[in-house]
Amino acid sequence: MAWFKRKDSNIQTDKKKDMPEGIWVKVPETGETIHRRELEENHWVDPLSGYHFRVGSEEYFSILFDGNKFTEIADDIMPTDPLDFEDRKKYKDRIKQTQKKSGLSDACRVGVGKLDKHNVVIACMDFSFIGGSMGSVVGERLCRAIDHAREKKYPLIIISQSGGARMMESVYSLMQLPKTSAKLALLEREKVPYISVMTNPTTGGVTASYAMLGDFNIAEPGALIGFAGPRVIRQTIGRDLPEGFQTSEYLLEHGFLDFIVARPKLKKKLSKLLRILRN
Amino acid sequence: MQYLDFEQPIAELEKKIDELNELSVGDEVLTPEINRLRKKADQLRESIFSNLTRWQRVQLARHPERPYTLDYIDLMTDEFIELHGDRYHADDKAMVGGLATIDGQSVMIIGHQKGRDTKQRQYRNFGMANPEGYRKAYRLMKTAEKFGIPVVTLLDTPGAYPGLEAEERGQAEAIAKNLKLMSVLEVPIISIVIGEGASGGAIGIGVGNEIYMMENTWYSVISPESCSSILWKTWEYKEQAASALKLTAKDLLEMKIIDGVIKEPLGGAHRDFEKSAQAVKEQILKSLKRLNKMKPAELIDHRIEKYSVMGVWLEADQNS
Repeated sequence: MAWFKRKDSNIQTDKKKDMPEGIWVKVPETGETIHRRELEENHWVDPLSGYHFRVGSEEYFSILFDGNKFTEIADDIMPTDPLDFEDRKKYKDRIKQTQKKSGLSDACRVGVGKLDKHNVVIACMDFSFIGGSMGSVVGERLCRAIDHAREKKYPLIIISQSGGARMMESVYSLMQLPKTSAKLALLEREKVPYISVMTNPTTGGVTASYAMLGDFNIAEPGALIGFAGPRVIRQTIGRDLPEGFQTSEYLLEHGFLDFIVARPKLKKKLSKLLRILRN
Repeated sequence: MQYLDFEQPIAELEKKIDELNELSVGDEVLTPEINRLRKKADQLRESIFSNLTRWQRVQLARHPERPYTLDYIDLMTDEFIELHGDRYHADDKAMVGGLATIDGQSVMIIGHQKGRDTKQRQYRNFGMANPEGYRKAYRLMKTAEKFGIPVVTLLDTPGAYPGLEAEERGQAEAIAKNLKLMSVLEVPIISIVIGEGASGGAIGIGVGNEIYMMENTWYSVISPESCSSILWKTWEYKEQAASALKLTAKDLLEMKIIDGVIKEPLGGAHRDFEKSAQAVKEQILKSLKRLNKMKPAELIDHRIEKYSVMGVWLEADQNS
């Protein structure tokens, strides 16, 4: 039996690191504190400032799937280290440590279930796993999600949060861009809807492939969305970037998003969209 | 001829040969010595170039005297009509394309274009295309599809341009659209890395039925310098990064990402433009012979299957 095979698929190791610890949580933008329970009830969005705390697949699935009921697919696809990659750390060790720390096996999970009674396939990325970077496993799981949506004719929702392609798998990571895009082209032929939800951050190869290819491209407020990172752009052009550059609002203004939706309203809005599409 | 750091021993020998040549005008006394040194230089070149490190290949891929897309077009094609503009915003000088014939066969050639001197380099934006470049490529591919003409793309870019206006006009969206289009284009696509294959900027015109790399080129998700700066937190580890990224033609052939390596003249493509272009041309003709037999649906299936298996992962069912 391979080392990764788990008998119990519901194993949860330590809790995720996306959310700060403690009963009281500090809101970065305002410096105010808020009670954890109140924050959770509002889907990890500060009701006062609208600040969206970053959450992962566990939270998005619980927000979107009716009764938090869903079947996870493609979860037996596991990362390996095809290039024997080593920087200051071995990639092998990085994978193991991140798995232990995040309780996740890689940076994307796929659930099949109902959203307000609509059958849907939801693939959600996890930033807490090596910056949500896309390597072979993320690419393959997404392709399984797209294939599943195509076979069942279920609308597909991909929630992105990623710094881009995973360096430690080099060109294999790069090839996940055409690989996922090709699958989306097939999905389109079957006229199955695809909604791309961009959250903070969505950059690099993820933006330059499936994130920008939705029939509907939507985003949470204030998310960083772009191709190149702000630091690289600043270095290239040698001057400061305008305020609000590469935010969701900026992308909406420049015509790359259909709309922005706050997380507490996400499910309702998706449901409405799916309902109108089906009529 | 510009010599790279690892070519210095060759450069010194050739300088000596030149000096002796000058001294020996009209005198044949020095000829044996000159011949001896020439032979030595050849041997030295052979030995240096048969043991290049990955970083040295990167250096060769960036050699300022290397042939660029328009050089290949000039040397490979019987006729060429350059086509300009994306019809929305501008004509990107870092991305060129047009209709051509190669040995009498019509093709649409699209490629990144670098500049040779300072002025040209700026004019071509160092081979870094903006969204309008990718959209020009999109338009030309649609045109090729409409008229049943195969597409040849030549990749040579240090990356898609990371600028403010590029973001404003949707660099990511422009690349993504190309990836999707290319995967289901109804005509053959052949992609060849002729220099630098840097990440999204390269793959943005790089989805093919067959993919080749010239011997001294690189193709990776990130440049060695950027990889070093992110993972080692300093630019100093570019050589280690190049090595870790396994970005050479030989590496990608072993990984089964590419279909073949196109051999370059000894010392690199810049040593002999004609020979390099001939090698590329021969590969295109060979590939076209295969791909021209395939129907549109077969071409699409072929491409989608090719990319579907890319990546390495473990699967419980297979491994337990």
